Amino acid sequence: MVAFILLTVMTALRVLSRNRLRAGLTMLGIVIGVGAVIAMVSIGQGARAAVQAQVASMGTNVIIIMPGSTTVSGVRGGQGGAVTLTVGDAADLKKRSPLLSDTGWAKREVMQIVNGNRNWNGPVNGISPSYLTIRDWSFMSGGAFTQTDMEGAARVALIGQTTLENLFDPSEEAIGATIRIKNVPFQVVGVLAPKGQSAQGSDQDDVIFIPFTTAERKVFGSQFLGSVGALFASTEQSADLPEAVEHIREVLRTRHRLRAEQADDFTIRTQVDIGKVQEGTSQTLTVMLFAIASVSLLVGGIGIMNILLVSVTERTREIGVRMAVGAKRVHILTQFLIEAVTLSLFGGIIGVIVGIVGARLTTAIAGWPTIISLDSIVSACIFSLAVGLFFGLYPANKAARLNPIEALRYE
Amino acid sequence: MAPLIVCEDIWKIYRVGDVEVKALRGVDLTIERGEFVAVMGTSGSGKSTLMNILGCLDQPTRGRYQLDGLDVGTAKPDLLAELRNRQIGFVFQNFNLIPRTSALENAQLPLFYRGVSIKEQRKQAAAALQRVGLAGREQHYPAQLSGGQQQRVAIARALVGAPSILFADEPTGNLDTVSSREIMGILAQLNREDGITIILVTHESDIAAYASRELVMKDGQVVQDVRRVPHLAVVQ
Repeated sequence: MVAFILLTVMTALRVLSRNRLRAGLTMLGIVIGVGAVIAMVSIGQGARAAVQAQVASMGTNVIIIMPGSTTVSGVRGGQGGAVTLTVGDAADLKKRSPLLSDTGWAKREVMQIVNGNRNWNGPVNGISPSYLTIRDWSFMSGGAFTQTDMEGAARVALIGQTTLENLFDPSEEAIGATIRIKNVPFQVVGVLAPKGQSAQGSDQDDVIFIPFTTAERKVFGSQFLGSVGALFASTEQSADLPEAVEHIREVLRTRHRLRAEQADDFTIRTQVDIGKVQEGTSQTLTVMLFAIASVSLLVGGIGIMNILLVSVTERTREIGVRMAVGAKRVHILTQFLIEAVTLSLFGGIIGVIVGIVGARLTTAIAGWPTIISLDSIVSACIFSLAVGLFFGLYPANKAARLNPIEALRYE
Repeated sequence: MAPLIVCEDIWKIYRVGDVEVKALRGVDLTIERGEFVAVMGTSGSGKSTLMNILGCLDQPTRGRYQLDGLDVGTAKPDLLAELRNRQIGFVFQNFNLIPRTSALENAQLPLFYRGVSIKEQRKQAAAALQRVGLAGREQHYPAQLSGGQQQRVAIARALVGAPSILFADEPTGNLDTVSSREIMGILAQLNREDGITIILVTHESDIAAYASRELVMKDGQVVQDVRRVPHLAVVQ
């Protein structure tokens, strides 16, 4: 049987190489189908990896709590309009919820920032020191401000990469420099490492961090002391996130004295929720991709079936001779199936190469990130093999059922 | 030992539309091992139909056909294939070699379906080609060989599996006189030296003269069956 298969494969290769153009054209459908899939999958995976990196740039297992909207005389403000969340909420959450490894808070306002003769309009964030840990911010140079700075409402600032580029000359040293925010002088103590785009597409590096206390007392001039723009929390395990969210909801509802029929006056979102929105987009892409792949593999398969039917007719006499010298039906069947599979598998392999080249070109020309995975290559090969088997079956069966006498007489 | 071929009242009836064609009308025939039989008759006499049945390519509508003690009449297609592979060799008028495939590989074909190792296939096929005088032509394609040489490849293919019967259907029909003589010489030699039973279909009496027994068919029946001394002298 091994000898039979081996020789049959050799025969199939010879038969196909005799008609290179025909074999090539027949394979084209499979080549295009598999090539498109490999290229698209690697683009899709590249995009997904980029999104995952963005989501991860938020920090690890982050929970964001935003204040709800206000309604004044029937006019509703947007999300975050209300000032329902406070520093007290954050402290209480940390005390009552053992699942939370840390809580932090921030309040932001867009302001004019001045350094010498340069100025820049950017978001100024008053934060608790824990905010930086939760969001996994690291430093290019310098370091974070301390709890003492926080308590003393020190005029120290941390600046992001975009802010740095806009406020400072490349040759200028930022650490130790004095910048002015709303005419209040601040000393730069740290330059943050770049984080890139957020999952929502905003530039996370266009930022200035100052201690929360300094912000509310000396810069923002808040009406209600202790009210924050958003609360942040994190858990040790990502599996704890759903439970932690429920816990936070309970604690905050109690603290805000909400009755059972009242809606939350805050919104809780986790990193997982934000990731899911992006996943949804790439899922749509995957479905589209699958549809394209199915159609081209179907067309490719029909091409193989067609050419095999021609081949069976052309080689009727040969089939008759093979039967006369003792080929059983299964032998003839196997021979034509192997030819079909050889065609489709070759097409698949060429398709994989075309796909990889296509993905590389996409990266080179359009600059999109692409990831070529072994999984997609293996499944493309298995799929093209299956297409060969499926569409080869009818012609092969037709050949195997020929009557040897008629086949021998066929002109 | 039982005779190699025993036919009892064999009928073959085709249906072409509403018309019944009785290709064979009750053939009784016994052929012993080692015989060299020539089957003669005009076209439409039923000799091809009989050949197909004897060669296990077809089965009778009615009657009994035993090959080497085995009932062929009711055998399944795979058993027929097995019988053709082990017991029977065919030589056709138009050679029926597989095109663009070397002489060696053509000669290997029956062993290929027998599950013999590739090495053994090549060895035996080379020996068979040598036997018919084609040593050194193993790698030639059919298109590169003369008609007589092609028919010799076909004979090598027929005998490579050491069959007990060799069916030759007008083996010299497409050959010139010299090649015809060579081919008939090889067949006679195989019959004489190896004891292979040969059943030859021909309508040329000088070709039939090589056989030791002559059957004449007419209207689906054997009308004449004579044994005689073959013209061996012609061969030498």
